[in-house]
Amino acid sequence: MKLSKLKSVIGLAALVFAGALAAEPLKVGFVYVSPIGDAGWTYMHEKGRLQVAEEFGDKIDTSFVESVAEGADAERVIRKMAQSGYDLIFTTSFGYMNPTLKAAKRFPKVTFEHATGYKKAKNVGNYMTRDYEARYLAGMVAGAMSQTNVLGYVGAFPIPEVVRGINAYMLGAQQMNPDITMKVIWVNTWHDPAREREAAESLMLQGADVLAMHTDSPAVIQAAEANGKYATGFNSDMSAYGPNSHLTSAMQHWDSIYRTKIKAVLDGSWKPTSVWDGLKQGANGISPIHPRVPADVVAKVEQHKAQIIAGERSVFQGPVMNQKGEVKVAKGASLTDSELLKFGWYVKGVEGQIPQ
Amino acid sequence: MDITLIENVLFATVRTATPLLLVALGAMMSERAGVLNLGQEGMVLMGAAVAFMASYVTSHMGLGVLAGAFAGMLVSVLFAFVALNLMANQVATGLALTIFGTGLSAFIGADYVGYSMIGLAPVELPLLSSIPLIGKALFAQDVLVYLAFGLFGLLWWVMRGTRLGLIIRSVGENPEASHALGYPVLKIRYVAVLFGGAMAGLAGAYLSLAYTPMWSEGIAAGRGWIALALVVFASWRITRVLLGAWLFGFASILHLLLQGSGYSISPNLLAMLPYVVTIVVLVMMQRKHGQSDAPRSLGQPFSSSR
Repeated sequence: MKLSKLKSVIGLAALVFAGALAAEPLKVGFVYVSPIGDAGWTYMHEKGRLQVAEEFGDKIDTSFVESVAEGADAERVIRKMAQSGYDLIFTTSFGYMNPTLKAAKRFPKVTFEHATGYKKAKNVGNYMTRDYEARYLAGMVAGAMSQTNVLGYVGAFPIPEVVRGINAYMLGAQQMNPDITMKVIWVNTWHDPAREREAAESLMLQGADVLAMHTDSPAVIQAAEANGKYATGFNSDMSAYGPNSHLTSAMQHWDSIYRTKIKAVLDGSWKPTSVWDGLKQGANGISPIHPRVPADVVAKVEQHKAQIIAGERSVFQGPVMNQKGEVKVAKGASLTDSELLKFGWYVKGVEGQIPQ
Repeated sequence: MDITLIENVLFATVRTATPLLLVALGAMMSERAGVLNLGQEGMVLMGAAVAFMASYVTSHMGLGVLAGAFAGMLVSVLFAFVALNLMANQVATGLALTIFGTGLSAFIGADYVGYSMIGLAPVELPLLSSIPLIGKALFAQDVLVYLAFGLFGLLWWVMRGTRLGLIIRSVGENPEASHALGYPVLKIRYVAVLFGGAMAGLAGAYLSLAYTPMWSEGIAAGRGWIALALVVFASWRITRVLLGAWLFGFASILHLLLQGSGYSISPNLLAMLPYVVTIVVLVMMQRKHGQSDAPRSLGQPFSSSR
């Protein structure tokens, strides 16, 4: 237990007490799936929470519970939060979807928001970031830096979310290097650092010299560092794990979504919507690019980022071909959100097949 | 398949197998003395968390390794006391130890999630490491891998041809007779359990200091359980434990390589490969070389005052 933790507990207690005396602040609760730590998924949600807590000042009163396992545990924690007077509860993991809906049924006066899910109810909305936009930019850097023309991607599970990221990364890489190909290895887990490392080593053995991952640990960055290769990270800035290997990280910034949702509840305009924000709203971005990356590459990445923000470009704008070279997205068209949510095919250049 | 690829695959095989080998050797020793400790996973996690924390705070790898081994040993004392002195059910006590170690390691390690370290570097042994095919795998590894080899050699010698090895086996086979001959059964079992704890702690230290130099909750991801199964399928024989660990490591790397080379086999099926290959080979060996049963008093409490 660090002193800072103790301080925040005391501070929280003081806040609750002060809140009882002053005008009632909006009580906002967050449920986290893993420990906050210093990197990764939950850490970024916590960063978002701290930011909105500061901005809204005494209008809101936030707190969190960390390391809540998906399943029965989650339902208990969410219900308990609703019981103890929270007005708005953010549940920040895919596996909290049904527990959130169950709790929402029992507490119709409480507003719930679930991250990365697809179900809604009268008092349940959902939200996620367009992390594939950030992956596209990271892919541009990867494509420019590859010498072997082979990228390697460590995926957790073959679900649309991960397939979408793989394709975006590839399309970004092709912007810089039309000859680029990519190998994908599935590890069937979100979190097993040793397995992620083994997958990374296997990809490098097969010629990949820039790696990416859609898993939770920085093991892939470490593996690239140890082998003198490059890698791009995900969620938070992972440069600490590979001072020489880490090119950039596809980042998620949750504060913008939290700001919007809290504002809506405060002024009474909240409706159960699905929010899917990206670069434009500042919900995604990339971490500082390694100084080794040439300036013209960085400039092109910045240019594409600006174009996406301005709405002049989208990641999956046509022509996009599938692995067989058939045009799946015609020139001038782009994929719709519902198509993106069901993504089940690889773009040209990705090797192997999506496991069914 | 070019020679460099084979060398690298073997190198990765040995690295992947090392944590399994360390845990399995420790578990094998305590089972040989008649004690079944299912708390391996919890001890590995404690070792990993404490090793990382100690290294991070002191910036000293050696201290981290020692601290990890010590942490594993410390939680195994709990098990030893409850299972040996209080004669509680060993299966239940072991499961409790795993739950306890998993939770405690997550709790004490929470402030260290997200920190990175330069891990233990490989030490290439001159001449030996340039032997074709196997040189890199056996002689260009980090200190903990060499330590695992050394411990394997030591235990092989102890179990093979020393009086101590015989005593340990007799305590596991027939504690009453051993006691009648004047051997301190409980003491020997204590030492065996503590040794197993230290080995599991070392395996944890290998994970968080050498293999993936970081701490994150549940970093062992079931390797303690895999090692326990290895001991059973190796029928408590030390050379087969080594073989099993290497087989498992090899098949793990192979299944990832096969995925990367674009064969259209389902990765879910491929993921079974390490388990299937290891079990099939070890079971076939057992058939060929005759049955070898578990130590006869495995899991049964012993009291000298009966």
